[in-house]
Amino acid sequence: MNIEVVVFGVSFVVALGSSIAMLFAKNAVHVALFLVAAQVALALTFLLQGAYFIAAVQIIVYAGAIMVLFLFVVMLLGVDRREALIEPLSGQRTIAVGLGALLAAEIVYVAVKGTEFVIGGRGEDALVTINEDPGNVKALARALFSDYLLPFEATSVLLVVAIVGVMVLARRMGHEGFLRETTEDEGSEGAETDAEVPA
Amino acid sequence: MNAIVDFLGGDIVVTAIVKTVVAFAALLLTTLIVVWAERKVIADMQARIGPNRWGPYGILQTLADGIKLFFKEDFRPRTADKWTFALAPVLAMVPSLLAFAIVPIGDHITIGDRRIDLIVADLNIGILYFLAMGSIGVYGVVLAGWASGSKYPLLGGIRASAQMISYEIALGLSLVPVVLAAGSLSTVDIVAAQAGSVSNVSFFNGVPVLEQIAELFSFVPNWYIWSQWPAFFIFLIAGIAETNRAPFDLPEAETELIAGFHTEYSGIRFALFFLGEYVHVVIISAMAVTLFFGGWGGPKPDFLPWIWPIGWFVFKTGLFVYLFVWLRATMPRLRYDRLMWLGWKRLIPASLVWIMVTAVVNTEGVSRNARLVVFGILFVIVLFWLGKGDPRLTGAVTPQRRRVHGPS
Repeated sequence: MNIEVVVFGVSFVVALGSSIAMLFAKNAVHVALFLVAAQVALALTFLLQGAYFIAAVQIIVYAGAIMVLFLFVVMLLGVDRREALIEPLSGQRTIAVGLGALLAAEIVYVAVKGTEFVIGGRGEDALVTINEDPGNVKALARALFSDYLLPFEATSVLLVVAIVGVMVLARRMGHEGFLRETTEDEGSEGAETDAEVPA
Repeated sequence: MNAIVDFLGGDIVVTAIVKTVVAFAALLLTTLIVVWAERKVIADMQARIGPNRWGPYGILQTLADGIKLFFKEDFRPRTADKWTFALAPVLAMVPSLLAFAIVPIGDHITIGDRRIDLIVADLNIGILYFLAMGSIGVYGVVLAGWASGSKYPLLGGIRASAQMISYEIALGLSLVPVVLAAGSLSTVDIVAAQAGSVSNVSFFNGVPVLEQIAELFSFVPNWYIWSQWPAFFIFLIAGIAETNRAPFDLPEAETELIAGFHTEYSGIRFALFFLGEYVHVVIISAMAVTLFFGGWGGPKPDFLPWIWPIGWFVFKTGLFVYLFVWLRATMPRLRYDRLMWLGWKRLIPASLVWIMVTAVVNTEGVSRNARLVVFGILFVIVLFWLGKGDPRLTGAVTPQRRRVHGPS
């Protein structure tokens, strides 16, 4: 019995099972948790293929950071109310079916064509040899910061723009037109005001 | 026997299983001892005796508590979410246990002709794995707060998640300079990079008198605490905040939140939270030793050469665990807005600056340690200056107070 088969089997069952359970769960927090389970299982399959860096990042970024923020929002907005079954976007089901079919076709095509698409057409064992010689992280870093430097930098600029945009939109404007600090000032001054009141 | 080994997939798999089981058992045993030691040390600091009934010096006290908690009624509020409520304590404990896999506790031992490294898994992404487990650990606290279905746990859970996410960033950033200096994400490589003495590593190479003086310090090991101490302090502060212990124990502040996220937990589930916290303390201590204090490095006499590294590792880790206990016994709790201020406005910018300093210095090579020390001093001056600018840090300037509400 090969241990890799066992690990693959477990992660396959968990990923698929929790994805299906995610669709049918009623509670928004449970949905988020099933998504986390699916992502961790996916990270396991990345590990199995020797893509260590991607596996770690998958857990840190998706399962760790993004899903915790999801949970945070879900918890703060209240999840006791069941979602009303009114679709805000009309026709999204039709589009979803179409896109799903496209994705399925893509997966089947890649599976039939074999590994020539995977890892730049270098075949199944490419990652194994890369992991042995420069190492997983080094090879990835070299690719990111040499061949793909422009897309990489463009993506990071995009993220910064998104963050700045959110901050500008979310902050309330003060009476003089300046951006007013909302959280820290009010919180601390409120506390200090309370402390000042004599007994 | 061979049939079983082959069934499991060869002796690599068997070695891995044995290592995992041994590490798991050792970690749990350590945790039990740490719980007892904390009670004893705090008792000593408060001029009490502490647990002294069961076993010599009360060393079996934790075991007795464990048995008590095991047989206690497992209470669950009616409003609680059944499955999430049961899942949360497990999620609080397991990631901390898993993070131990990348901590090298010793060099290697040889059984027969097989070399066995004293680490569960030498991953080439070890540091990232540690951070990944830390980010999964947030779930335990957050879900416990939400699933309890009552007010105080929810407040505690939200506090905890905000705190842990904020300090996780500083924790991750404080590890980057070490990775830059060692040139590897593997904990084994980082420990190996700290071998030898400081005078070997181009401290004052070529400078006539200083070179001889540096020779005198050849007994000082080349640990990253010397060249990377700003990163170490950021790591330590963020690490303590990650464990939710004093002075960063706001998520479970008794006076404000009635124990926060674990208010509704009792019995064995509470025990899991409790153990999880102590496992986390051990992990942060072990990582501090591995990253900044040379890991298992230390003098190695000829007598039983394999046991000394383990001894050094346990000794150094024990010192850090003691520091944790000491802090808990002496430090008051931070106020929430100051906690956030410290994390976002001081630790994160400071670690970013230090990453840039390390990156710049590292590219040039020669006598980089000397330059790092200079930059470290500069860094503290900048930090001090930044801190002085904020009246709330020094308390020298009364903050401008506006009566937002209340009687005037």
